[in-house]
Amino acid sequence: MRARAATRSTGRNRGWLWLAPAVLVAALLFGTAVGETRIPLATVIEVLAVKAGLGSAALDPIDASVIWHYRLSRAVVAACGGASLALSGLILQALLRNPLAEPYLLGISAGASTGAVTVAVAGIGAGLLSMSAGAFAGALTAFALVAALARAAGGGTGMRGAGVIILAGIAGSQMFNALTALIIAQSASAEQARGIMFWLLGNLSGVRWPDSWVAVPMAALALGVGLWHARTLDAFAFGAESAASLGIDLRRTQALLIGTASLATAIMVSIAGAIGFVGLVVPHAMRILVGPRHARLVPATALAGAVFLVLSDVVSRIVIPGQVLPIGVITALVGAPAFAVVMIRGRQR
Amino acid sequence: MTPILEAVGASHAVRGREILSDISLRLHPGETLGLIGPNGSGKSTLMGLMAGLLRPSRGEIRLEGRPMARLGRRQIARRLALVAQSAETAERITVRDAVELGRTPWLGPLRPWGAQDDDAVAAALDAVDMAHMAGRDWASLSGGERQRVHIARAHAQAPRILLLDEPTNHLDIHHQIAILDLVARLSVTTVIALHDLHHALRCERVMVLRAGRCVALGPPMEILTPALIREIFAVEAEIIPHPRGGRPVFAFQRLA
Ligand SMILES: Nc1ncnc2c1ncn2[C@@H]1O[C@H](COP(=O)(O)OP(=O)(O)OP(=O)(O)O)[C@@H](O)[C@H]1O
Ligand SMILES: [Mg+2]
Repeated sequence: MRARAATRSTGRNRGWLWLAPAVLVAALLFGTAVGETRIPLATVIEVLAVKAGLGSAALDPIDASVIWHYRLSRAVVAACGGASLALSGLILQALLRNPLAEPYLLGISAGASTGAVTVAVAGIGAGLLSMSAGAFAGALTAFALVAALARAAGGGTGMRGAGVIILAGIAGSQMFNALTALIIAQSASAEQARGIMFWLLGNLSGVRWPDSWVAVPMAALALGVGLWHARTLDAFAFGAESAASLGIDLRRTQALLIGTASLATAIMVSIAGAIGFVGLVVPHAMRILVGPRHARLVPATALAGAVFLVLSDVVSRIVIPGQVLPIGVITALVGAPAFAVVMIRGRQR
Repeated sequence: MTPILEAVGASHAVRGREILSDISLRLHPGETLGLIGPNGSGKSTLMGLMAGLLRPSRGEIRLEGRPMARLGRRQIARRLALVAQSAETAERITVRDAVELGRTPWLGPLRPWGAQDDDAVAAALDAVDMAHMAGRDWASLSGGERQRVHIARAHAQAPRILLLDEPTNHLDIHHQIAILDLVARLSVTTVIALHDLHHALRCERVMVLRAGRCVALGPPMEILTPALIREIFAVEAEIIPHPRGGRPVFAFQRLA
């Protein structure tokens, strides 16, 4: 009995932990193998093996370039972005005690877009890092604004509070999207504007290896912070006050965790635009699969988020032949119904 | 002897309005203090102050002689546990999950779950007679069962001070007495907000609050007189001595 309890508390079924890298590799391989131009799986594996230094063979330079520079980099960034966004959602849901909390719905993504676009249009420093910084500033501003609005409107915890903060998030999203549109209309050239609009919908087309130098550390950071704070996140089950009485330093924790969630969102927005609903769908699915304990929920959410976004990206490339849909369209098509389900289940409680 | 928990002229204000004024109190190690007062008299607010969750607008709270404001949350949580008046969750956690939360202040990323944590949880579940329901979903529990789980969670926290805000709420008479017996058995210092004056008689001292002020503080048999009950609750009461020397019984006649 004691032994059983012990395994339970330290993480039952460690087996899937070993499965996780395998699933991730399979998803990446799948994401790399599927595309507009048909390339046999054998060729894909051969290219990857050679590039990884596991042998040498004569490669078709075009195939090799497509596979290595376009598809694999894109799959890797999709995986990291999916993990980051899903973890952001998980963290926000736990801290705000709100099943609908998610960077996109809370307006954090919209704020990040405004920040990134401002930097891009103004041409400050140009490049991914300065755009990320702008996006981060925008994300934090948006969260602060939405939280203040929700508080002023009397939102607390519970389903009513959940509704209030989502309403505040919608208001914030609308405002920041309008601001973004204004900035584009004011200062971007027609060509710039078209590019920005496409990117805003959530798009991985422009992704290359340099993006992964930011995306990979970000995903690792989000996962690390999440794992380190797994018990802290658990302690919020009965609300912030209860967490405080269990020894959680609310201010420090909220600043660190919400900061991480905002940064993860900001980085992803500056790479690929606002991709919605990943942070909603994935954590809820994982709660059903592995239960409410964050020691298991955090790694499961990271993995599932990664796989989900890689697969969404694949779907976005093949669903209409000869045309690439913005990935945000795919995640929204899955996410909006999931949102409805969560909302209906929340009401029934 | 330094009091284990002390309030020195503590007040609490919300938007400029004082809802608790000038509370001074010295709790001795091991004692049980009952908090009595009408709805809205400030019992929960005082609990929040003593738990370090609310800041006094004036005065100070001291834990083991040290100002609460200078202690970290974790330090406080290792010494003091609070069972709030109501705390709910929408997470699909089990009874055991909820009780395990009590170990949070003792755990960290570098101090993983261990055998002593299992023991603490098992003892806490036993203490409130919930061990047989350890695997049940929170959502499936009755109100009284939830209350018992909250108390078990606080017990698992292994505190020296236990703050219980109306812990006998929702409990049947058996479990009301069981909780009070448990509190008496534990060697922890306890502050317990109560509405049942009969239960208050079991405390070593009671503090009576009205409109945020302390009206009386002392042993219950001296404090809880018909005059005070009329003054505080506007109810005419008679105190009937127990025929065989047990605790007296309150007979509430009518509104005053
Ligand atoms: N955050 C707050 N904002 C405004 N008023 C508050 C706040 N917290 C408490 N109050 C008010 O302060 C008074 C004391 O509240 P408190 O919850 O301490 O009462 P209580 O004695 O615990 O009552 P009950 O027996 O109903 O639990 C009440 O009138 C309440 O409305
Ligand atoms: Mg109260």
